[in-house]
Amino acid sequence: MNLVAWIYFPARLAWRQLIFDRTKLVAATCGVLFACVLVFMQQGFRDALYASAASAPVKLNGDLFLIHKQSEAMWRPVHFPRSELMRTLGNPAVAEVYPLYLGLAPFKNIETRTKRTLMVYGFDPDSVIFDIEDIINMRTALRLKDTVLFDEYSRPEFGPVRQLLEAGRNVTEIKDYKITVIGLFRLGVSFAADGNIITSDLNFMRIFPDRNLDAIDLGVIRLHPDASIKQVQAELSSQLNEFVNIFTYDELLQYEKDYWANIAPIGFIFGFGTVMGLVVGLVIVYQILFTDITNHRHEFATLKAMGYEHSYFIRVVFASAFFLAILGFIPGYLFSLGLYHLAESQIFMPMPMTFSKAMTVFLFILSMCMTAGFLAIHKLKAANPADMF
Amino acid sequence: MSLVIDVKNLNFSFGSGALTQPVLKNVTISIHKGEIVLMTGPSGSGKTTFLTIIGGLRQAFHGSVMVLDQQLINSSEQVKVKVRQQIGYIFQQHNLLKSLTALQNVSMTLEMQNRMTEQQRLDRAAEMLKAVGLGERLNYKPDQLSAGQCQRVSIARALVGQPKIVLADEPTASLDKQSGHEAVTILERLAKESQTTILLVTHDYRILDIADRVVELEDGMIKER
Repeated sequence: MNLVAWIYFPARLAWRQLIFDRTKLVAATCGVLFACVLVFMQQGFRDALYASAASAPVKLNGDLFLIHKQSEAMWRPVHFPRSELMRTLGNPAVAEVYPLYLGLAPFKNIETRTKRTLMVYGFDPDSVIFDIEDIINMRTALRLKDTVLFDEYSRPEFGPVRQLLEAGRNVTEIKDYKITVIGLFRLGVSFAADGNIITSDLNFMRIFPDRNLDAIDLGVIRLHPDASIKQVQAELSSQLNEFVNIFTYDELLQYEKDYWANIAPIGFIFGFGTVMGLVVGLVIVYQILFTDITNHRHEFATLKAMGYEHSYFIRVVFASAFFLAILGFIPGYLFSLGLYHLAESQIFMPMPMTFSKAMTVFLFILSMCMTAGFLAIHKLKAANPADMF
Repeated sequence: MSLVIDVKNLNFSFGSGALTQPVLKNVTISIHKGEIVLMTGPSGSGKTTFLTIIGGLRQAFHGSVMVLDQQLINSSEQVKVKVRQQIGYIFQQHNLLKSLTALQNVSMTLEMQNRMTEQQRLDRAAEMLKAVGLGERLNYKPDQLSAGQCQRVSIARALVGQPKIVLADEPTASLDKQSGHEAVTILERLAKESQTTILLVTHDYRILDIADRVVELEDGMIKER
């Protein structure tokens, strides 16, 4: 028997039986669609989490980064002495180094006067530490006492800062310290912070009087253009104290992602959500296939009496499962696309629908349907022609 | 004439131990090529059981059942499948696939044979449906056809593969007198044309006239009439 007939005929029968009862087909498709949307949303939220967690380091402009070994992630850093960063200047390949200060602090909404926590970045205005044009342009202005830049992509709970600035209302408080918002930039929110503020290192110390310039949170190292990053990293890690990690750019991103994926329970929660979505879908598809076999058992028994082999019906069941996967995935994909856009506009999290994500979810759904098919084939034994006639 | 069905001392019983219920006792019957044999008998006499054993649907363990030169006693699944493929089965109910049209239902028999193209299969199935008088209803689904028409579709389905044997289990039971007679007349005509052997189980005495031979099964034992 050639391969085309081997799969084509049972698949065709499966298809004809599926489309015969439209109502049931719609119900079955909805079951798969439900699982599909659930998985898409879980995956979307998870990826949004990772992407936004790493949104700050993404814009950092450096070749190597120093961070304390006890810092689990950038949003909850452990300080280390600035001298540790300065020691790296001893390596001839290092061109310049800059410290970055990080802190969470409540920001008072200019309009409603309510306070909400955001992330404050303090940097040396002489450096080009962030690869964001608005920040580079405003560097000089940030030298003024008590001036900050506000992240336009912060959540709306901080107030319509752009409109307020245009209206001249630019004075508010961070951690009960009076500051002036002199401009805007765009970075994006993360799960750790609903908004961002950037200011000079000196202004940072004024907002956080308990901090001092010698205790830094992140060290940014820029190398000479011809230097090998890997080699310098190896040299520096043998020279520096053990309490610091020295990361390349990619390693820093990975470190941040790993924190959210493994150390924070959030990665697990979304993984669990994905699995639960698949289990629910599995049960639904199994029920559909099981009922389908039960309803068709007389027909299958007839075909068996005509000389069809048992394996033919197994292929029919798997073909049905395959069609259900496709039929549920397509509307599920489109529906999720809409929800992604909705989520992006409502919760300000980046939720891109990438090809690889679509493929991953499709493979999940396909394996879910195939597993359901695998579980349902035992019901085929009910189609025994001898008991039927 | 050669023997297509040769049954010797077939014993069959349901259940086991103290609950053993013998159904067929020492059944011996030979059927030649091209013969039309009607088997009658009261309900519960084991007619259907006998038919399912001949058709390779039920496994028997004692005696000898040679069908188309294959021994079906203690046979493997492959042997049974091979025998089934050479047999056309007509059931008490039409047992058509309700999601398929008449044409597609008849084609299902031919899909097991790989020699044909799709077009050849459909042509052959259409031809067969014309032969049973349903040339106008090729694309009707079973629920759009009457019971008599459905039974004729199932006759077409049984015969389209040019089987060597047709087994029919009370094919007229669910039909009125006229359509029942019509159905078996068509069956007889087509079988005679192609020298097909027919073993037909019935207790419908209105159709005895088509038979070459009538045997009676009573209490699991064969009586020639």
